[in-house]
Amino acid sequence: MQQPNKLKPFFENLNFERDDNTMVINFGPQHPSAHGQLRLILELEGEKVVKAHPDIGYLHRGVEKMAENMIYNEFLPTTDRLDYIASTSNNYAFALSVEKLIGLEVPRRAQVIRTMLLELNRIMSHLFFLATHALDVGAMSIFLYAFREREFAMDLVEDYCGARLTHSAVRIGGVPLDLPAGWLEQLSTYIDKLPEQIKLYEDLLTENRIWKMRLEDVGVVTPEDALSWGCTGVLLRGSGIQYDVRKEEPYELYGELDFDIPVSDRNDSYGRYRLYMEEMKESIKILRQLIPMHRKSEPQIMAHNPKYISAPKEEIMTQNYALMQHFVLVTQGMRPPKGTVYAPTESPKGELGFFIRSEGEPYAYRLKVRAPSFFHTGILQHILPGTYLADVVAIIGNTNIVFGEVDR
Amino acid sequence: MRKYTPKDNVQGKAKYTDRFWVAPRVPRESFDEDSHFAAVHKAMNEAVDVLDAYVELDQLVIHIRPEDNIAALKVLKNRCDYAMCSELSAIDYLAQDGEFEIFYQMLNLKKAKRTRILTRIKENQAIESIVPLYAMANFAEREMYDMFGIYVNNHSYLKRIIMPDDWVGHPLRKTYPLQGDEHAAWYEVDKIFGKEHRDVIGPENRDPGRIDRYDSQRFSRVGYEVPFGAQEAESETEQPIEYSKQILVDYTTGSEVLDTRK
Repeated sequence: MQQPNKLKPFFENLNFERDDNTMVINFGPQHPSAHGQLRLILELEGEKVVKAHPDIGYLHRGVEKMAENMIYNEFLPTTDRLDYIASTSNNYAFALSVEKLIGLEVPRRAQVIRTMLLELNRIMSHLFFLATHALDVGAMSIFLYAFREREFAMDLVEDYCGARLTHSAVRIGGVPLDLPAGWLEQLSTYIDKLPEQIKLYEDLLTENRIWKMRLEDVGVVTPEDALSWGCTGVLLRGSGIQYDVRKEEPYELYGELDFDIPVSDRNDSYGRYRLYMEEMKESIKILRQLIPMHRKSEPQIMAHNPKYISAPKEEIMTQNYALMQHFVLVTQGMRPPKGTVYAPTESPKGELGFFIRSEGEPYAYRLKVRAPSFFHTGILQHILPGTYLADVVAIIGNTNIVFGEVDR
Repeated sequence: MRKYTPKDNVQGKAKYTDRFWVAPRVPRESFDEDSHFAAVHKAMNEAVDVLDAYVELDQLVIHIRPEDNIAALKVLKNRCDYAMCSELSAIDYLAQDGEFEIFYQMLNLKKAKRTRILTRIKENQAIESIVPLYAMANFAEREMYDMFGIYVNNHSYLKRIIMPDDWVGHPLRKTYPLQGDEHAAWYEVDKIFGKEHRDVIGPENRDPGRIDRYDSQRFSRVGYEVPFGAQEAESETEQPIEYSKQILVDYTTGSEVLDTRK
């Protein structure tokens, strides 16, 4: 092992200058196409990758450690910083785990709002994927178009919760607010316009000769590899395996909604790009069905369970006991029963789940974030060898990894 | 007398504990009610020593011995259609039992069923790698090693994954404080300059908004401008910080007075 000193600090045992034919190059962690802090150490033979070594951890903030030192409600805003492209999906996955642990029924209206936000986040995340992926591959104008539509979706979320990126729009036991007046009309205007935009993207890309040459048969993930390497979400469905947690293990309202799970057996980046476009259309379909559901539901938005959830603000301000409960829950935190929970959800990136071991304390004894991107980064070392350097960027973009949740 | 704080678990503690309060437990159900779980338990029982099995929150939980982890996962993969391992990691029970609990979160995609395999190892005991069965363990076991210091036998590349290679300590152990230990606090200084420079450089200040009022190279003080690079820390007398001062000019006499009206 190299001895570290002042001029040559120790990083790892890497020999960049070699005598044989291969060249070792360092891709990232500040490479604009690395989608965050990914460092890839690539061994090249000419332009062909013979070995790829993903090096992660540059964005590590110790989220799991922080979870062991925070009460459950305190930790919820931290989950925003995992997959920061679609933060509500993280908030929701965490809230769902805790709700399962304490056995909480969420009111119908909160469920509708949550499902709406989740699907809106999926659209935002997929538009972001399309924009950055197309930019990596060289289609610059798509970036601008997709970001424009994403901006409108972010405006909707902003109107709801006040934040554009780190929403914290879900609480354990429900949602903090009801939809503001006129929000549903804005939403329906948005989802009426979005299909035209998606058609525009598809017209620009789907049959585009360059786009097809860059994506077809690039980044092939066989079904066996996808299962073995723990790929979920679009990466799994792009390999011909129809598994979507929303459909197979329904949570929230997905059990009553009518939507399809697009699947592709092409195994390559092009098939996965098509799936992203189809999923956005399915999300629009889901949002359309949710709008009348909101109108029909009762106005209650937080579950009533004084042991774990604070009472509504009016009760806190008027009733002594509710105020006491609120005080205890804020200063000490809720104490879920002893037990373990793992609640999977389908985030835009794949299967996102929070594994929580509770020892009956206000702090989680152990919280493990099952982040889809972590495993999608892992498979890079398997699918990159044999491809060309130019395709590396396309493949990284296509796996849609977000380093907030890889490094945690 | 200083309050006693346990050294084997330095994580956040409840601020108030009721000595008569007994934490309830999530109900554990029998696996016989679900035909799939019953079949999994039967197949597992034939192959390995099942220490405990129950259904907790719709998922089958099976406790096994650590030596049996490969055999148990083989049963799940080959006989029960558990094609995917979603997650694996450990839980630190060193303070209570001197053990780590390792969990394997398994998924059967055809039936949409999940099973969790739990096993406990001693602090210095290693566990066998499951990479030959599930390649996802390549990263997950490295993370487990990094975070807990659990050695995994026959892993092809068992090195730290998230923390730097030369990090000291395993951050998710209960003995590791949230703020980091001494090695963490001096990590950059030790690495770049060497331990002997700790006194020269001083501890890292993590406050990005900190302003050193005597630093004339990076900060200027409105009203007390000094030449760039001037060293005035010794000569200047202590005075209250004033960010701006206003001079009142009396135009009849032409005198200037400092405005002290606030």
